[in-house]
Amino acid sequence: MNKTWNNKAWFMVLPVLFLVAISAIIPLMTVVNYSVQDTFGNNEFFWAGAEWFEEMLTSDRFWAAMGRNLLFSGIVLLIEIPLGILIALNMPKSGWGVPVCLVLMALPLLIPWNVVGTIWQVFGRVDIGLLGYALREVGVDYNYVSDPFDAWVTVIVMDVWHWTSLVVLLCYAGLVSIPDAYYQAAKIDGASRWAVFRYIQLPKMNRVLLIAVLLRFMDSFMIYTEPFVVTGGGPGNSTTFLSIDLVKMAVGQFDIGPAAAMSIIYFLIILLLSWVFYTVMTNYDAASDGERRDG
Amino acid sequence: MARIDLDHIRHAYMAKPQSPSDYALKEVHHTFEDGGAYALLGPSGCGKTTLLNIISGLVRSSEGRILFDGNDVTPLSTQERNIAQVFQFPVIYDTMTVYDNLAFPLRNRGVSEPDVDRKVREILSMIDLDSWSDRKARGLTADQKQKISLGRGLVRSDVNAILFDEPLTVIDPHMKWVLRTQLKQLHQRFGHTMVYVTHDQTEALTFADQVVVMFEGEIVQIGTPAELFERPKHTFVGYFIGSPGMNVLPMELAGGSARVGSNEISLFAPPASVPSGKLELGIRPEFVRIGREGMPATITKVEDIGRHRIVRAQLEGYEVAAIVDEDADLPAEPRLLFDPAGINLYADNWRVETAQ
Repeated sequence: MNKTWNNKAWFMVLPVLFLVAISAIIPLMTVVNYSVQDTFGNNEFFWAGAEWFEEMLTSDRFWAAMGRNLLFSGIVLLIEIPLGILIALNMPKSGWGVPVCLVLMALPLLIPWNVVGTIWQVFGRVDIGLLGYALREVGVDYNYVSDPFDAWVTVIVMDVWHWTSLVVLLCYAGLVSIPDAYYQAAKIDGASRWAVFRYIQLPKMNRVLLIAVLLRFMDSFMIYTEPFVVTGGGPGNSTTFLSIDLVKMAVGQFDIGPAAAMSIIYFLIILLLSWVFYTVMTNYDAASDGERRDG
Repeated sequence: MARIDLDHIRHAYMAKPQSPSDYALKEVHHTFEDGGAYALLGPSGCGKTTLLNIISGLVRSSEGRILFDGNDVTPLSTQERNIAQVFQFPVIYDTMTVYDNLAFPLRNRGVSEPDVDRKVREILSMIDLDSWSDRKARGLTADQKQKISLGRGLVRSDVNAILFDEPLTVIDPHMKWVLRTQLKQLHQRFGHTMVYVTHDQTEALTFADQVVVMFEGEIVQIGTPAELFERPKHTFVGYFIGSPGMNVLPMELAGGSARVGSNEISLFAPPASVPSGKLELGIRPEFVRIGREGMPATITKVEDIGRHRIVRAQLEGYEVAAIVDEDADLPAEPRLLFDPAGINLYADNWRVETAQ
């Protein structure tokens, strides 16, 4: 095929390039700039090379925060995905219950993140919070301010409350797209409830589940606002995730060099995950291409 | 395999039907004989799929009973009725292999693995998917998928009936023909009772021994393809079957002949009794002759459809279609003759029986 080459088209891209440069590339390069230099104030900078990166990658603090992040993401996924599927399976498929359920499900998603944090921060307080007070009253020794385990439970329950809806809505969208004929055929074939789930519903939810897992993984891996509002990373460092640690280092301690190095490592991790996301998605599409061609 | 009796079945999708028009399925009282091949033919929304789902138990009829070989199965679930159904869109279990798809209904019923294997291999060869057994079902073509749907019904040797709900809708035209032929062979070989829902007259007429024509929730005629063609019981059957459909003209009865406008048309046989209500004359385009004798008419359009031509003419202001040979001569002042053997009389849309 003969294509007409017109290099003038490149000029059309310039405005976008300009915007992206201001919003992304230039700030990123500033961070790169900081990450290879040291400063003692006075706007004087000294070349530090890969020193900050080495320091970061060998620091216990970084790996501890990283470990907490992975643990958090893992627990959150293990709870939210099955719970989301379970709720989606039990949502009504027709009638007045559908809009009611959908609105109820969407509510937590509509609340700003710091408000979610504030809600739970108050909710969990043992002196005035409904949850904290009630738990105290029934004899549970609960205090998220002083007990790391309680702090973790609070942060995880909060995330589950906030984000399970997303999984539910995605799964529900997958479920309602299954034609009735599949359920009818399963009845005729004498399939059990479990077999219907395993061979009809789960395969049809495959694609949305993949999106749900990856979205929840990336989001929970970047979590900042809610635990910051509730626990502030404490007690001690027990709920200090990478993002919280990063802010502490950059804004609190004003260690710009190490913070910049950490930002870049963090950025590369997320870039890597995005790449995995993209690859898995496109491979899946290629694998199911034949199916769609046949309709 | 079973005889299916539909005993005064009525169905309404609303909770408290008031008038007859609330019923999606008006009264159906009919028997599908054991081993028969039946087609339920009708336009969309005529109740044919509802009737099929009532037989399979996916829909519980509002009134009436269903009997399989004389046993009342009305309260039984779909599983307990032991029928097979092939749907409009191929239903396959994507993540399973072709083999596992076919084994699924047997394994669900706790059949022993050697028996499953024997049966599945037999069906695989029957539907020409031997070499595909280990393939994932997801990548197959639509006609292969539809064969698997059918195969899942065939593996259970004791099914009471196999029901088809417009199964060839998504199949390519040339594969339609192949599948229809295979289906016919399977029917002859196993003698299952088969009920086939379709809105395609060609499909219905080639597949079935008996065609059940439905219109607005009612069965309007049950008959062989020839009966439906020659003696449509209802003007709808006349319209719906045939291409183009039957010509229906308002008429009056004058002694032993019919009068359309100012034209007298002699009848092959007079009606058995004097009919009341709106009288109409039905004649298929195949029985209309164009020549220099008969009733004066004007030709409005001629369509060439290959071996024949369809002539649209005006007779006393009514449109009449005629099928003529490719090389037939169309005179400048054409006149129409109706072959008395092809004339049917209708009173209020229902056919009037003739004297003989």
